[in-house]
Amino acid sequence: MGAALTVRGVTKSFATPEGGEVHALKDVDLDVEDGSFTVLLGPSGCGKTTLLRCVAGLETPDSGEIMLHGERIDQVPVWKRRVNTVFQSYALFPHMTVERNIAFGLEMDGISRKDTIDKVNEALQMVRLDGLGGRKPSQLSGGQQQRVALARALAKQPEVLLLDEPLSALDLKLRRGMQLELKRLQRETSITFILVTHDQEEAMAMGDQVAVFDSGEIVQIGAPRDVYLAPRTRFVADFIGEANVLPAQWSGDSISIPGFDDLHRSLIVGSESAGEFVAVRPENVIIEQAESGNGTVIEVLFVGGLLHVEVEVQGSTVSARQSSMVAESGWMPAIGDRVQVGFRAGSVRVVEA
Amino acid sequence: MITKKRGAAGQGSWWAGAPGLFYLIALVLAPLVVIVIYSFLSRAKLGVGVKWEFSIAPYVELFYSESLSGERSFDPTYLQIFGNSFLYALITAGVCLLLSIPIAMWIATRPADRRTTLIFLVTIPFWTSLLIRTYAFIIILNDNGPINGFLGAIGAISMPIPMLYTPFATVVGLVYAFLPFMILPIYASAERFDFRLAEAAYDLGAAKWTVLRRIVLPAIRPGIIAGLVLVFIPALGSFLAPELLGGGKTSMIANVIAAQFGASRNWPFGAALSVMVLVITLLVLLVFAVLARRMSRTSGRSSWEVLL
Repeated sequence: MGAALTVRGVTKSFATPEGGEVHALKDVDLDVEDGSFTVLLGPSGCGKTTLLRCVAGLETPDSGEIMLHGERIDQVPVWKRRVNTVFQSYALFPHMTVERNIAFGLEMDGISRKDTIDKVNEALQMVRLDGLGGRKPSQLSGGQQQRVALARALAKQPEVLLLDEPLSALDLKLRRGMQLELKRLQRETSITFILVTHDQEEAMAMGDQVAVFDSGEIVQIGAPRDVYLAPRTRFVADFIGEANVLPAQWSGDSISIPGFDDLHRSLIVGSESAGEFVAVRPENVIIEQAESGNGTVIEVLFVGGLLHVEVEVQGSTVSARQSSMVAESGWMPAIGDRVQVGFRAGSVRVVEA
Repeated sequence: MITKKRGAAGQGSWWAGAPGLFYLIALVLAPLVVIVIYSFLSRAKLGVGVKWEFSIAPYVELFYSESLSGERSFDPTYLQIFGNSFLYALITAGVCLLLSIPIAMWIATRPADRRTTLIFLVTIPFWTSLLIRTYAFIIILNDNGPINGFLGAIGAISMPIPMLYTPFATVVGLVYAFLPFMILPIYASAERFDFRLAEAAYDLGAAKWTVLRRIVLPAIRPGIIAGLVLVFIPALGSFLAPELLGGGKTSMIANVIAAQFGASRNWPFGAALSVMVLVITLLVLLVFAVLARRMSRTSGRSSWEVLL
């Protein structure tokens, strides 16, 4: 499979009303496989939406190249790009029925009336809205409007479908359902999807590939599992899943973390990078009751099957996650308990600042 | 669903609306009643005032003229003047519309703080009387005015172009007088327009004109209809522009009415002409109301909301 979309060195700055400049994108590279599902993940204002808008053509990059199936598109006007967008606000045309909304893009392509009708019905069926074609957007629920926006963009059979935080306006339950729906649609149509989100769980659940953005740069890109298991920077470790990020210092072949025993290089992952922090997932933190331990329990939360325990170790707070079942068998941590905090073998990862 | 009749809470306190009611009766209804009554009376001997004798002669006079021998024949003079007024009002509304859409859209797309300033600028002409502003156009448009002066200076013309006292001058005066009434309601609609809809249309493959025609215009239609009402109706009854700039050559109905109460000394006929203007205005409003209702059924917001 070839590359559907290639982004090379794209830079974009905006002038702020105060007269300053914001670098929304700094020399961004991105490769998107044909027929894949890529998620651009990052906090708000990190540049992910700007990149999406550059690909759509709604923004023009200051420099760099954007290629769609090998052809440069960064100077092609929006309406000529074989790329369509599902907008965060859905942007359905309020004066048109659902059918007319979906037909709009097809009419622009000069598709015959008969084919348009067929394609509109097909698109409605695809998003399971058959029978609602005659309604106005204002007569639909948020979830249904979302599906119309999706159908409208998919009906054009774009080479790449761009989704700008499409699920952010839906409530949690609907959102879970739509995530599955989007995955299904992507598989069935085998159209390349690029989705922007700030929700890391959504990114994990949906992406074949996740690109993590931080202040206008892609700091890490890879399969969700790889990004989760091997975060490269402190930011990624913190943003994706939960992580205990602790300051660390190299001394020869071992690393010292305040409050813990020194760890030899061989026990640490990612030790080839000269990072100044280590990251450990809460589920890899082990706590044991010990009067002479290195930490004190400061918070215990019972969350169904899991026990969240916060422990203070030499000024830093370490979160641990335990199965409640373990606690049942014997010791149940309580606030003020002295504990020995340790890490599971091979779970301590060096990360860059 | 529970519905509550409007005004139910205010029952028994009708007098709270008395000042408003008095105002409507004394200042709006009473003069209209006087005009309608006068239109069915006879001409006074010296032409000033009316003779209290019922007559439909003023209405007959609208369509027929009487020769010296007393023979009646169909005379389209006044119908033509009505037609003329209608045409001028239509041209004025049309030109105002064409100018206002880009102006209103441009203002609506500026940053919020600049928009307030720009709208303020649009209302500046209201600070002086229309009479004075119309006189100003006599200076601008006359043979020795700045336009002819400039064209002569750059050698584009050897003789001044006669502009003053032409239908052109009348239209210029009318458009100038009523332009803000078109810009403001269209701006009110345009400002509420969600420009993300335009982005969506571009994204779906629509080029600029298509976006304007298919997405932007339907969204600002309530403002357009409101603007057309606000321009067309007062333009139909304009007096100053045709009088001062048209030089009496381009009579509109208001000028004829003024003449009946002045030089021609035929008050009942002037009243009958006024009633006709009123009827036409009401008919036009009715048409707009029907149009607006049909629009609001499709766009969800009525023109009357924009007007208010």
